[in-house]
Amino acid sequence: MELTTVWFILITVLWTGYFCLEGFDFGVGMLFPILGRTEDRRRVLLNTIGPVWDGNEVWLITAAGATFAAFPHWYATLFSGFYLPLLLILVALIVRALGFEYRHKRNDPTWRRGWDAMIVFGSVTPAFVWGVAFVNMVHGLPINADMEFTGSVISLLNPLALLGGLTTVTLFLLHGSLFIALKTDGEIRSDARALAGKVGFAAAGLTGVLLLLLGTDRGDSASWITAAVAVGALAGALAMNGRGHEGWAFIGTFLAIALLVITWFLMLFPDVMPSSTNAAWSLTAENAASSHKTLTIMTWVGALFTPIVVLYQGFTYWTFRKRIATHHIPPAHDERDYAPTAAS
Amino acid sequence: MELDLARWQFAVTTVYHFLFVPVTIGLSAFVAGFHTAYLKNRNPQHLRMAKFLGKLFTINFALGLVTGIVQEFQFGMNWSDYSRFVGDIFGAPLAIEALLAFFLESTFLGLWIFGWGRIPEKLHVACIWIVHIGTLMSAYFILAANSFMQHPVGYRINPTTGRAELTDFVAVLTNKVQMVTFPHTAFAAYLTGAAVVLGASMWQLHRRKVEDDMPMYRTAARVGAIALIIAGAGVAISGDQQGKVMTEVQPMKMAAAEALYETQDSAPFSIVTISSLDGKQEKVAITVPKLLSFLGTGDFDGTIHGINDLERQYEAKYNADPLTRAATYTPTLPLTYWSFRLMIGLGMASVGVGLLSLWILRGGRTHARARWWPLLSVAVALGPVLGNAFGWIFTETGRQPWLIFGVFTTKSGVSPGVSAGEVLTSLIVFTTLYAVLAVIEIGLTIRYARAGAEPIKEQAATSEDDAPLQFAY
Repeated sequence: MELTTVWFILITVLWTGYFCLEGFDFGVGMLFPILGRTEDRRRVLLNTIGPVWDGNEVWLITAAGATFAAFPHWYATLFSGFYLPLLLILVALIVRALGFEYRHKRNDPTWRRGWDAMIVFGSVTPAFVWGVAFVNMVHGLPINADMEFTGSVISLLNPLALLGGLTTVTLFLLHGSLFIALKTDGEIRSDARALAGKVGFAAAGLTGVLLLLLGTDRGDSASWITAAVAVGALAGALAMNGRGHEGWAFIGTFLAIALLVITWFLMLFPDVMPSSTNAAWSLTAENAASSHKTLTIMTWVGALFTPIVVLYQGFTYWTFRKRIATHHIPPAHDERDYAPTAAS
Repeated sequence: MELDLARWQFAVTTVYHFLFVPVTIGLSAFVAGFHTAYLKNRNPQHLRMAKFLGKLFTINFALGLVTGIVQEFQFGMNWSDYSRFVGDIFGAPLAIEALLAFFLESTFLGLWIFGWGRIPEKLHVACIWIVHIGTLMSAYFILAANSFMQHPVGYRINPTTGRAELTDFVAVLTNKVQMVTFPHTAFAAYLTGAAVVLGASMWQLHRRKVEDDMPMYRTAARVGAIALIIAGAGVAISGDQQGKVMTEVQPMKMAAAEALYETQDSAPFSIVTISSLDGKQEKVAITVPKLLSFLGTGDFDGTIHGINDLERQYEAKYNADPLTRAATYTPTLPLTYWSFRLMIGLGMASVGVGLLSLWILRGGRTHARARWWPLLSVAVALGPVLGNAFGWIFTETGRQPWLIFGVFTTKSGVSPGVSAGEVLTSLIVFTTLYAVLAVIEIGLTIRYARAGAEPIKEQAATSEDDAPLQFAY
């Protein structure tokens, strides 16, 4: 197989990992105001993703870095073309991460409410913008002969792309609520399960319509199959949730999100950023790639270390596998009096 | 306009990011050290120090991490032509940094923070060491990428594609600039971490909130001070070597650091200069004879090239090619001159405080009552942080007008499809956001530094399976 194809597959793997993993922690963040009605419940929600969200986010950083290394033109066109959307994502990811880390550092309701808002904003924004960006990329963008994006932000906000954003938001909501159902106990668990049932239908419907519309435009037999399995997996997840098999339901949404991303990349290949201005100006896996030498080195590094990363991240999930309920939450950290006392 | 804005954005976001990085690298070593000490000698004071410093560490790590993502995205957003030109070489260390280092740091930090009472103790201690090793690897790869920009090696320009292509990856990873920059940066990070440990402990010694805790803080202060002095020696030695490599591969940067206009043998080192640096009028300067020649070449009578000579040489060499043509090859002198001095001065001053505090804490003494003591404890913690910032300002502005020295100018690298308005928007957004976050982060750091080490909490007597978590958000 061509190394450019190998790297196209690896980039697909990285984005798939990112959406499947950070997808549920985005979902948990978005569900803060819905499932986290009391402070104890909010802390339960936070602690389900506490040890893992940061590792999940590195999948994005690696996907971006690998695109830079393996397909510099793809990286350059994508990141400069989606300038303002990426700015929004960066701001969202910054305030969200600090929300997780700083929220509990002061036992002050105003402080915590502020960070709670940041967590919700920081979760819903990237969930939506990534959907918009990917659907635009798969569908094609105005790109000129110099590989430069010539459209505007407004042109990115077309109906199909907005549908894409809505789809990822609802999918992540479903994914997140199933994760919560799987990781918690007590009232919050049953609430999450009930919510998953409701959100699930919207997610399945939107995913189906989105893939149908994208498929009529860029589908081939392979992408039709993965699209169908994605929708099937969602239906399966809902059925499993209804029967109380939370683990299977979560695997179902995990699979559905993975297949959604794989479908997108199947629709792209051999292009990486199709030009809607002139098909001859499209960026392809071939013309956007690095030299053979760089790809060879990167293949060795990727082949050696990706499995190791998966292993130790898996170990983290296994370590923190226990369900959490409100009675597991210790009192707030900051109960000591931090007010300055006079020196001796 | 767009070029200036993109440069400002890079400067603001990089300097800001780098306020937290050395603290993170340095502090993680001390957290790991105290945690290991507890494992060995079961002294609860060591565990308290590990947890106390661990809090300061995580507050800083969070900001270092999130501002790092901005750095990675920025190459594509603001410098897309640079990314296209150099992605073949520059992208690889960046991707490897993420794959090898970032995953390690973030995953094992999660395990360390939440692992109390959940994973075997030895493994728990190993987690924080792995985090520390991750931060060092991360520094190595990103500095390798930066060293390529200072002194490009292991590449060729492909005439068909017009891009730089990798010919020797080992050469990129063992670039002679990298071989002196990595130790210098790593020692500076240890110096910074040590200074934070010393500063936080000195403050506690002064406040004497809990009298029984004074021996603990005294030990920590002495550990910090000794590490500070050792790291300071490492910074000085590696910095000296770096100066020699810089004089060889980027003579203009050395000339700009000194505002040295005419080529000179036995050149003096100027400590401060009053009046302008434009070389036209007599400088009122305090100088050390022959020192610059020694710093640059290892020989007190060595030749140091002046700005005027180099400017003429570079014009002859580079003016023909659009990728290397620049209006001037001289960096902004006041910036290079003063940032170089502030870097060295702040580093040396913090080592001075280390020595002073060792002397004050000699023979079992636990603190000084002096009024300037708390001020000094803040200053020693902040000095190296600012010194690092000036170091990077010097390194990066001293390279101008180049993005890749001798190969690719900064103005060639900017994104052609991005408007000045877009760059201005993001510049304003990041500057404002970073300013607000700075206030929050400084507030939290002070709060936790003041609070000091928490007493050991009594764990529930039985290790009941359904007990509350020992650590939770």
